[in-house]
Amino acid sequence: MTDATLNDDAGELNPVPATDYLWRAIYIIAGFFIAAIFLMPIVWSISNSFKLPAETLSNPARLIPENFSLQNYRNLDTVGDGVLSFVGNSLYLAVGTVVVTLLISVPAGYGFSKFRFPGQNVLFIAILATMMIPFQSILTPLFLILVKLRLANTLNGLVLVYVTFQLPFSIFMMRNAFDAVPKALIESARIDGASQWSLMRRITLPLALPGVATVAMFAFLNSWNEFLAALIFLSQEEKFSLPVMLVNVTTGIRGLIDWGALQAGITLTMVPCILLFLALQRYYVRGLVAGAVK
Amino acid sequence: MTDLPEHRPSAEDEPISREPYQWLGLTLITPSLLFISLLFLLPLGMTVWMSLHSWPLLGTPRFIGGENFVELFGDGRFWRSIRFTVLYTVLVTSALFLVAFPLALLVDKPLRIAGLFRTIYFMPVVIGFGAAATLWTWLLNPDNGVFAELLLRAGIVDSAPRPTESFWPALLVVILMVVWKQAGFTMVILLTGLQSVSDDVIEAAKIDGAGPISRFFRVTLPLMRNAIILALVLNVTWSMLAFDQFFVITQGGPRNSTVTAVFSIYLESFSSYRLGYGSAMSMVLLIILVAISATQMAILNFRNTQE
Repeated sequence: MTDATLNDDAGELNPVPATDYLWRAIYIIAGFFIAAIFLMPIVWSISNSFKLPAETLSNPARLIPENFSLQNYRNLDTVGDGVLSFVGNSLYLAVGTVVVTLLISVPAGYGFSKFRFPGQNVLFIAILATMMIPFQSILTPLFLILVKLRLANTLNGLVLVYVTFQLPFSIFMMRNAFDAVPKALIESARIDGASQWSLMRRITLPLALPGVATVAMFAFLNSWNEFLAALIFLSQEEKFSLPVMLVNVTTGIRGLIDWGALQAGITLTMVPCILLFLALQRYYVRGLVAGAVK
Repeated sequence: MTDLPEHRPSAEDEPISREPYQWLGLTLITPSLLFISLLFLLPLGMTVWMSLHSWPLLGTPRFIGGENFVELFGDGRFWRSIRFTVLYTVLVTSALFLVAFPLALLVDKPLRIAGLFRTIYFMPVVIGFGAAATLWTWLLNPDNGVFAELLLRAGIVDSAPRPTESFWPALLVVILMVVWKQAGFTMVILLTGLQSVSDDVIEAAKIDGAGPISRFFRVTLPLMRNAIILALVLNVTWSMLAFDQFFVITQGGPRNSTVTAVFSIYLESFSSYRLGYGSAMSMVLLIILVAISATQMAILNFRNTQE
């Protein structure tokens, strides 16, 4: 089965007969029409977030803001500890999850790929099998464990939870990435007298970087977007992540919803994901299919 | 399946380590084992243990044996949430396939522009469910939302619709939102299936005189079976675990009619603080999910032995 990337450069076909140009035109128009439907909610929300609050409310049909304004973003500051603190919380969660996930899954992938030890296959299969059990079904005891560890209602506690659920996929990806490094290369480096450490750091790790990029990107996106665990484990408003903060804005202060501020918050939450995806979409689709198929 | 190399260490494939390094391998995987044991296996075991207890958030847990499960069997609200989750799963999975299949066919063209379409159709997938659901809360709100505005302008309705105030409209708008957000994912899985069908097979069918429609149904579709089953398994599993979209858009309403299974576990454990009872619910959900997965695996195995 070939790899479906989102940006295959398949190029144009052979010269086409004139009637085919009509079909191609229909194809392109239909394609853009559907694209517009998929993009509309995103574009609309971004554009609205930059309107003056009054325009946000009165005139939802205008796509380009009449007056470009950051007032909606400033209005978010009236929620909890302010918008920047929520961005900070989400960044802390996401970057923390990426760093710890890499620190743990890269050595584990290397260990599974390049060493033989007793019980290896059983352990690897056991780790993969945990992917079958959804974290939603063990939230209650997880909460109690975090309380016992004095990590309930802390961002660090949530990072540990995110890392744990990121690990099976990440270890799987990293083992595959290290498996891909040609043995001959490692052999010749060892004959040249390279130590175990430099074998890993100088030879194999650089070649496994696409795997590292995939693991990092999924760890970032999954923790940035996660909602249920954040909702349960973070109880103080100043610790809320962006998705949890958004729901608080939706519920409104004294029943009054600030729709403009809400859209500023949505834009802050979704735009980083879209940019990251556009930059790394090749890795995204590869990881998606690999993770799904196992 | 992927372009990830399929190199697997085998018996004759000697490891790079010699004897003294054997245990280094085990050392390297130890941190991950600790994480998974402490924050995955331990809570999994605790779910079983807690389900046999009356376990308040504060105060001492009390062993009550199977009482939670006895209560659960007669708990109409819980079974209603399970029934609703199954209904949602059936509807949303069908809707996702109905939308994603044509999309996959559309973007399977060897044209540069098809790559651009793929990227755009897939884009909502990377937005989190929380943010996407909040975005739709705005789109759907009767005061200044786009849907109300469009329907009013088109003269379809006289007053702004309030979809979350009755059951079917509430369910419908959540399905609409999920299809918008997730169709791109199903599309990509189906696309890998479409691309796995070699051109030679299609050519051969063409020479045999099969028209485009019979080529699709008789050749392409059967050869895509793995991709179709994969997309089905994933969509069913995720839909059975749905929470965010209902928590944000319908808030379980109207009158708790859109409370999903995970939602009812959340309410029991973190609103009523009956942690033992919540754990019993978790176990039932887990058993249902494992049963679904096992069935789907069995179908896959059956299919593989057929070949």
